[in-house]
Amino acid sequence: MEFFMDNILNIVCYFPLVGMILIMLTKRENEQAVKWIANITAFIGFIISIPLLTAFNNPEYIGPDGFRFIYEHSWIPMIGATYKFGIDGISMLLILLTTLLGFISILSSWTAIKERIKEYYAFMLLLQTGMLGVFMAMDFLVFYVFWEIMLVPMYFLIGVWGGPRKLYAAIKFFLYTLAGSVLMLVGILAIYFHQFQETGVYSFDILGFQKLGFPPDLQFWVFLAFFVGFAIKVPMFPFHTWLPDAHVQAPTAGSVILAGVLLKMGTYGFVRFSLPMFPDATMRFMEPLLILSLIGIIYGALVAMMQKDMKSLVAYSSVSHLGFVMLGVFAATPVALQGGILQMINHGISTGALFLIVGIVYERRHTRLIADYGGLSHIMPVYATVFLIMTLSSIGMPGLNGFIGEFLILQGTFAAPGLWIYAALAVIGIVLGAAYMLWLYQRVMFGKIENPLNKALPDLNLRELATFVPLIILAFWIGIYPSFFTKYLDEPVQAIVERVRPDYYKSEMADIPKLPAENKSVHAE
Amino acid sequence: MLDYIWLIPILPLAGSALIGLLGLAKLWYAGEKLNKKIVSVIALASVGLAFLLSIILVYQLFFVEHKELFSKDFLTWIRAGSLPLAEGGLAGFEISWGFQLDPLSAVMILFVTGVGFLIHIYSTGYMWDDTGYYRFFSYLNLFMFAMLTLVLANNYLMMFVGWEGVGLCSYLLIGFYFEKKSAGDAGKKAFIVNRIGDAGFILGMMLVFVHFGSLHFETVFQKAAELPVETGTGYLFWATVCFFIGACGKSAQIPLYVWLSDAMEGPTPVSALIHAATMVTAGVYMICRSNALFSRSHEAMMIVAVVGTLTAIYAATIGFAQTDIKRVLAYSTVSQLGYMFAALGVGAFVGGIFHVVTHAFFKALLFLGSGSVIMAMHHEQDMLKMGGLKKYLPWTYATMFVGTLAIAGIPPFAGFFSKDEILWKAYSNGHPVIWALLWIGAGMTSFYMFRLLFLTFWGKERMDEHTRHHIHESPKRVIYPLVALAGLSVIGGWIGLPAWTGFANKFEHFMEPVLHLPHEASGHHAAHSTSLELLLTGASVAVALLGIFIAYRFYVARPGTADRITAKIRGVYQLVYRKYLIDELYDALFVNRAKNLGNICFFFDSKFIDGVGVNGSAAATRGISTISKLFDTYVVDGLVNLIGWINMQLNRLFTAFQTGMVQRYALVAVFGIVVLILVYYNGLLDF
Repeated sequence: MEFFMDNILNIVCYFPLVGMILIMLTKRENEQAVKWIANITAFIGFIISIPLLTAFNNPEYIGPDGFRFIYEHSWIPMIGATYKFGIDGISMLLILLTTLLGFISILSSWTAIKERIKEYYAFMLLLQTGMLGVFMAMDFLVFYVFWEIMLVPMYFLIGVWGGPRKLYAAIKFFLYTLAGSVLMLVGILAIYFHQFQETGVYSFDILGFQKLGFPPDLQFWVFLAFFVGFAIKVPMFPFHTWLPDAHVQAPTAGSVILAGVLLKMGTYGFVRFSLPMFPDATMRFMEPLLILSLIGIIYGALVAMMQKDMKSLVAYSSVSHLGFVMLGVFAATPVALQGGILQMINHGISTGALFLIVGIVYERRHTRLIADYGGLSHIMPVYATVFLIMTLSSIGMPGLNGFIGEFLILQGTFAAPGLWIYAALAVIGIVLGAAYMLWLYQRVMFGKIENPLNKALPDLNLRELATFVPLIILAFWIGIYPSFFTKYLDEPVQAIVERVRPDYYKSEMADIPKLPAENKSVHAE
Repeated sequence: MLDYIWLIPILPLAGSALIGLLGLAKLWYAGEKLNKKIVSVIALASVGLAFLLSIILVYQLFFVEHKELFSKDFLTWIRAGSLPLAEGGLAGFEISWGFQLDPLSAVMILFVTGVGFLIHIYSTGYMWDDTGYYRFFSYLNLFMFAMLTLVLANNYLMMFVGWEGVGLCSYLLIGFYFEKKSAGDAGKKAFIVNRIGDAGFILGMMLVFVHFGSLHFETVFQKAAELPVETGTGYLFWATVCFFIGACGKSAQIPLYVWLSDAMEGPTPVSALIHAATMVTAGVYMICRSNALFSRSHEAMMIVAVVGTLTAIYAATIGFAQTDIKRVLAYSTVSQLGYMFAALGVGAFVGGIFHVVTHAFFKALLFLGSGSVIMAMHHEQDMLKMGGLKKYLPWTYATMFVGTLAIAGIPPFAGFFSKDEILWKAYSNGHPVIWALLWIGAGMTSFYMFRLLFLTFWGKERMDEHTRHHIHESPKRVIYPLVALAGLSVIGGWIGLPAWTGFANKFEHFMEPVLHLPHEASGHHAAHSTSLELLLTGASVAVALLGIFIAYRFYVARPGTADRITAKIRGVYQLVYRKYLIDELYDALFVNRAKNLGNICFFFDSKFIDGVGVNGSAAATRGISTISKLFDTYVVDGLVNLIGWINMQLNRLFTAFQTGMVQRYALVAVFGIVVLILVYYNGLLDF
């Protein structure tokens, strides 16, 4: 047990590789074994990541700067690269999201994937390791290695198991991301050599970079280099066009992971690197970035509204939702940042679920065109209920997860000095969000069943239901009791705000009478 | 005891979840519908218990503990860092799940659970034959939860949970017959129009937070009570206007009223409960709750008053021309809501809530009555195909007659007292024009309501023979709620008798602790004159009677008069009948524009960003690589080939020597030696 807890990050990160190796050792014909190994590995992978949350505040594992479960080992001493893992509240939540969605997406593939099963599950598990490594890395070189590793399996997942235009989509995805990461690498090297000039030490330590502080011109250029890399990944307008193609062509599980986790790499990059390392550049670029986010919100929603393909509708809705996330991140008040980070998780839950929902009917009917459906509520009542809950989660119905994130983002942006107008305009996105999602729901679920092919569609089976249950529970949990999750964000968000807005915490807390928790009552005269 | 207040909304929620999950599970597992009796028992029990608990808690608070406010946070909801306030300093963002009971929420929960319970009973009869029985009650119970959350919340954000929740239930129940496209469209329209209002609500909340540092009612209102009345358009103006936009959506005021008449696509009990008695009054409740903010901005109050008054008149005119019995009632609801907003706007917050209560009684009664008629007529809603129903449906007729008298403002029925208080306050608070318009509106109300009554129950029987044979009075489960509501429509107004009757206005006194009005706006500046008040009351009764008289002339005494008049003003009539073409206007202005914009954006996306930008750069890359290839082939490779060629030539040259013939080798060797010797002797080489 002690060994487990001391090495928990390594174990969580590399455990999927164990499954991958086992699958590679299994005979190709033994499909059942491959599936079981993949599912069990992913399930255990999720279970062993839970102690990250339960033991998060155990003082034994708290390292410097509030990072937990730190593991460090020398790697390439010559260039100062160390193999260093560690997490804070932000990465902890994202890691849990990754392990959960990883399991759900593997479970959802049971009957959907019929070809090259062995390779498929091997890639899914490799992808898992790549993503987890990104969230754990505390050394830039480690980060970069994992960042590139995860690209490869995703490329093959789209390119091999994708739809009709899979090669176009896969190559577009790959080139786009690669272009971004090359620029990022240039940025990393720039600050790496700058650090050497200043201190005479070669190091890729992320916390070291954060503490160093860079001159404004360097910040300007490196911020831009990082921006391209992360903005492509998010994706922010106008770097988003790889997303609909990749989503539409990817297999269901690929879309779930892509939307749920891969897009978060970009937003995570902004939160982890751009804001704290380049605070001056962040302030300088703040308004243009907020404008881009705002365009993303409204533009994504408008384009989503006119889509004929369910998957590309959900994909464009991601552009809109990620616009909200970026709005909160760039507004950089504690409330907005917490909202933005929470909204990353929320988007993973609701959009992940929406891709699963599309996948359910795609597997039955092999079409994603909205016009091919209609009236499914008659024959698929459980599916209708799940779809409704996730639609509501996506459009920000209070009581469900999406609302909490959206409201915090809006309120936090509204309160930031001089930025209220961005929040006020972003509210338009909430109205449009309801429009495109409810219209989708109406066209797919309401009306009569016109198409004879739809008459005998079976409702969800137990396995399919099982993929949704955890997401539904989380949607309500975050909607009703988000403090459970946001409490892990207080520390890291405060650290970021202190760097971006150094004066922020100098002002005092205003004196606002709180409602006493005890029964408060006023006597009648 | 009061600590159990959370049970009031949770009971219906549990009922909804239980019915919904059991129903789904049974359908999924066994492919059967849940037993209707089980559904009815759960649904009725949960709402009935909530009603009982409401009575007990209200009694406990006001009559046992003699307190006027109970507010308690039960569970932290959102706690997420801090934000800077507009006036300097930081505030922690912290919101709880907390409930509050005070006179205002007490009144609201009593009539919401009471009327809700009656409508639940009615629905067990009305919906009995429907295949979606369990679904209906699951939604209806969910609605009760949301509505009770809305009125019991002790902060704005939690109120917003109920606010959106009732909107969701409204969406689900309007679209209950989802196989009909019109029902799905109507539900979606209701939700989206409401969302526009909700955007206003959200903006209002954000403004309140950055200025007050909290969304708790008590904290905000106590701070607001210290503020002077704002002059011009400061933040109080903007916050209250934003809230009012929210109220316009939920309570169907101009310009966001368009969804309510379409909402009649829902089952009739839904129209009664949600779109007449409870949900649509949420906007009135919210503004009354926020009276501390509204009363401190004259401009905002004027906007509320003007919009309310205009809506009251405008919707009444549309009511003149509709022939669908439910649509008449729908526009009547819009109009009556206009009265409530006019009341709020002139500062008569209590009068507005009083009208909310009495309106809940008589409008629920009228809708349920119309449902009884529609059932009897085999789902025919066109009044032109009814007539003479009073002898077939005596109970329905008698109760609806009471309801019509109540809405028309005939004393001593409920609507008379509340409407008259609004009119009097409008006049005495210094708004004679608003009074005059509302006075005219009162006459219009009584005209279109008696038009409805006469067309439906009096006169010639215009239905076809087959339908007439099958007309029968509704079952007891439908009639009992009608009778109960009719009773309330008679006596419901007596809780707020005006001063001239010699009785104290109990309702106004009870509600007093809710108000945080600034001193100058408390309404005492206008001179009270009992004789003037009596005169105005007489005037409003007179105009109501005039309305009845005209309706009688048009539709009973001389049927056909109305047709002659409409024939003369055909154009105007058509315009009114088609609701002034506002739906078409909105479609052209907003819906189609948004869709066009979406298409343009998509075109831009696929053709420009993707076409020119991405694929363009791909093409550029390909172009460059073609050039590189040419360069490669002809320059780089050319050089390589050149070297190769030279080699080849040399090769060929040297192969020429390699013939394999010894004689030639010997010859060459000899030749070579000769050359060397010659070179040596000629001193060419210096060995």
